[in-house]
Amino acid sequence: MSPLSERIQEYLPLLVTGLWQTVAVTLLSLVLASALGLVWSIMRSSGNRWLELPARYIVEFLRGIPILVVLFYIYFVMPEIGLDLTAFQAGVVGLALTYSCYIGETFRGGIEAVDRGQVEAAKSIGMKHGKMMRRIVLPQAFRIALPPYGNNMVMLLKDSSQVSVISVAELTMQGKMLASSTFDNMTVFTMVAALYLCLTIPLNILMRRVELKMGASK
Amino acid sequence: MIRFENVHKSYGKHEVLKGIDAEVDKGQVACLIGASGSGKSTLLRCVNGLEDYQSGRILIDNEKVDAHAPSIHKIRTRVAMVFQRFNLFPHMTALENVMEGPVQVLAEPKAEVRARAEDHLRRVGLADKMDFYPSALSGGQQQRVAIARALAMRPEAILLDEPTSALDPEMVGEVLSVLRDLAEDHMTMLIVTHEIQFAREVASNVFFLDKGQIEEHGTAEEVLARPQNARTQEFLRRVTHPF
Repeated sequence: MSPLSERIQEYLPLLVTGLWQTVAVTLLSLVLASALGLVWSIMRSSGNRWLELPARYIVEFLRGIPILVVLFYIYFVMPEIGLDLTAFQAGVVGLALTYSCYIGETFRGGIEAVDRGQVEAAKSIGMKHGKMMRRIVLPQAFRIALPPYGNNMVMLLKDSSQVSVISVAELTMQGKMLASSTFDNMTVFTMVAALYLCLTIPLNILMRRVELKMGASK
Repeated sequence: MIRFENVHKSYGKHEVLKGIDAEVDKGQVACLIGASGSGKSTLLRCVNGLEDYQSGRILIDNEKVDAHAPSIHKIRTRVAMVFQRFNLFPHMTALENVMEGPVQVLAEPKAEVRARAEDHLRRVGLADKMDFYPSALSGGQQQRVAIARALAMRPEAILLDEPTSALDPEMVGEVLSVLRDLAEDHMTMLIVTHEIQFAREVASNVFFLDKGQIEEHGTAEEVLARPQNARTQEFLRRVTHPF
């Protein structure tokens, strides 16, 4: 076997292309999941049962299905009813749907943790529900929800490895292929783990910074 | 200006307001006093629809207050509220707190509102705290911002729910002096308070509530200095001589 440094150099380009796929899948599904999660949380705290109940059932339903099954369903079953998605698209949609529930619950927790007095103060200056949510409740709810939202982000990043089961060529997938062709499991998977840490550690540091900054202006 | 006609309210089986009849005229300062649980805060919160009531009527200049009707938003812009725990918006500075209602709800031009908000903050003695966030202000300062926030709506009346109860004793005075100043300007106010001395000085009317009913009402002098009702006498003895 060639020396370690040479093998690392040999594997790195392939793993880095996988890393970019991981970043792409994570960012796209994070944006979608956050938007959808915001919708769920606003529906659930709207005080209108026609909005509240559907959101509650959708979230309960999706949360009860393992992410792998969601991915298989979107990738293998949807084409049968005419919705043909590429592996990448299916991966993003599956992750986004699953994580919209977690993120939605995170946001809802934030909304509910906003002091009752804030709602009363907003009402007492004549604000209607929509404006009150936008101007008073949500800005405070985001601050409260920020630490758990940061966790959701890191979890999503790590769970993006799950889309390898539907053959999205992200980091874990590239690692698996490389390992099975070189049998150099130790080097390859150590590198894969290190590359994930290159993403998660800065992300954690960033979240902590943002939290501190938000906390200071409060 | 604010009229209560046979107002009843209950939480389930528990009746908290048992037929309230009262009236506050324009320019009057009415104080609601009574033991905790007597229903005085509930009554106040019914006036701007933060609580609903089951029967009777509350009228603001002949317009009925209905917490579930769309008209309630309009009513709330006419009758401002000051809370026991201030409830300032923590993500906005003092000035932004005061500007929020006129800009966002009344859709008034920002520059004009800003000038007015600064005046209000100056009036309550906070000229040097305008850009501070609530967390950097003392309780007394926060409550004065809350009063400025209420004034900025140019309300026809202000409701105050125990405005000094959450304050450290040394800060009660600064808030009461702002309220006294407003009373001298004939701002219509309905105040739930335990500050009997303050009520004696500024109130034009005093209502004594006990178990959801108005037991006694009259001028501050009548109710607080020469109470006729045995329950009023007992209550006043307890709050003025607690030992």
